[in-house]
Amino acid sequence: MSPFLAEWWDLRDLGNLVGAILEWISERGAPDWVTYVLSGIVGIVAVLLWAILSQLAFIWIERRVLGRMQVRLGPNRVGPWGILQPLADALKVLAKEMVTPRNADRVLYWLAPILVVVPAILVLAVFPFSPGMVVADLNVGVLYIVAVTSTATIAVFMAGWSSSNKYSLLGAMRSVAMLISYEVVQVLALLAVPVFTGSMRLGDVVAWQDNYNAWLVFLQPLGLLAFIIASAVEVNRSPSDIAEAESEIVAGYHTEYGGIRWGMFQLAEYVAGFAVAATIVTLWLGGWTLWGLEEWVPGWLIFLAKLYGTFFLFIWMRGTLPRIRIDQLMGFAWKFLLPLMLLNVLLAGLEKVVWTETGASAGLVLPAFAVLNFALTAALIVGWGAIAGGLSPRMRAKRPLLVREVGGIYYQPLP
Amino acid sequence: MPDVQGLFEQYTAVLIATILGFALVAGALIGNLILSPRQRTRPKGLSYECGMLPIGRGRFQIHFRYYLFAILFLIFDIEAVFLFPWALSFLDIGAMAFYEMLVFIIILGFGLLYAWRKGALQWR
Repeated sequence: MSPFLAEWWDLRDLGNLVGAILEWISERGAPDWVTYVLSGIVGIVAVLLWAILSQLAFIWIERRVLGRMQVRLGPNRVGPWGILQPLADALKVLAKEMVTPRNADRVLYWLAPILVVVPAILVLAVFPFSPGMVVADLNVGVLYIVAVTSTATIAVFMAGWSSSNKYSLLGAMRSVAMLISYEVVQVLALLAVPVFTGSMRLGDVVAWQDNYNAWLVFLQPLGLLAFIIASAVEVNRSPSDIAEAESEIVAGYHTEYGGIRWGMFQLAEYVAGFAVAATIVTLWLGGWTLWGLEEWVPGWLIFLAKLYGTFFLFIWMRGTLPRIRIDQLMGFAWKFLLPLMLLNVLLAGLEKVVWTETGASAGLVLPAFAVLNFALTAALIVGWGAIAGGLSPRMRAKRPLLVREVGGIYYQPLP
Repeated sequence: MPDVQGLFEQYTAVLIATILGFALVAGALIGNLILSPRQRTRPKGLSYECGMLPIGRGRFQIHFRYYLFAILFLIFDIEAVFLFPWALSFLDIGAMAFYEMLVFIIILGFGLLYAWRKGALQWR
């Protein structure tokens, strides 16, 4: 890592620019706490602006990409290539009437959309965009992410309960059941990371990966896979958007919401999606580092590129996979992912113990662990799938037979 | 000795983020109140039920299965909470801490297996 020039025009760390301005202010005689609070406000406003602009961009990208995947055009009327469509949508949502159902529990009904957005914004404050470029440098970063994201569950249930609508309540119950199941998986998948790095500060985790030149995706492939699946459920995106399975329960827990209060749920969904992508990039994909490129390119650009790439993966999953039934989704969490995640934590601990007890060099141990972990991941997924499938013959008997197995006419699939 | 000053400095930014987050939401809600039309009619206040008149109450009794999953969630989330301090400190305590946690997780694994055999994990 090259030494950072603390000049305000050095764009490798945007904090330099902010620091120069704050220094100018403090030279004019402002007390220390003013500059401190100002730096916090500037950082968070920057993160918020980034999140909202990215969201507007990604609404358009997602709809165009989905259109492309489903062989249709997608939005193409407002502005060149439909690029102003998200803006038009936002204005339309702002100009809609806010209807509150007569039987609704008014306090909870108003609180739910507020409480679903604020945690999503709070999570974004802890991610290091480049070395030192972090709004709140908490020493319990990983735990903070888990703690803050899990509060969204309460807001979801508040929305469903207060609406006084059968679909809302049913959707909220399903959502909460799903959220809590996959939260266990998510927490256990995250847990293996501090076992390796020995620190929960996100900056330390990235520095560890930079130091050993080993992204944790090589050491924790199983954890990353489970985390991607679990967070697709947590942020309520297809293939697991049971909460808003339109054919079954209308729009789930936000059936009764309209106007900007509905927009709040959408905003929270996108911002939580960015937070999840940022978590994946920071903990598993090396954060701002890219094999020496960070000396030439600003670290935050690399971070954003990785983040957008990860978010694109979620769009891709949505375009590719069909929606999964709720019993399958719950069974997958408790019977498949949870035992594997318990094993994964133990495996990470065992490897760390072996590493320190033998005192072997990192250059020798880490590649061995990487190979071992990839082999084990493949073996566990295939093996546990076979064992867990065999454990429940009732499930196997209920499996719908393919046309070929029944012996009917086998249609050639269309090209 | 906990560094209270450092702790305060770390979480000031979180506090500011909370305030600004609430301000953003409040701004959007007030903007909507100003921009949107308001015409209260009686049918508008009805709950949505695919265009039909709603039947019965909006809140109903909930199936038992959700309760089972909530109990299981409590057990395993608390287990994860136990694991977090272990993950950071087990190297300082030594390899013994690892084996103790191994026993703990194996007991929990048997608990999960028991719940599975009893059919608590079956969605019905």
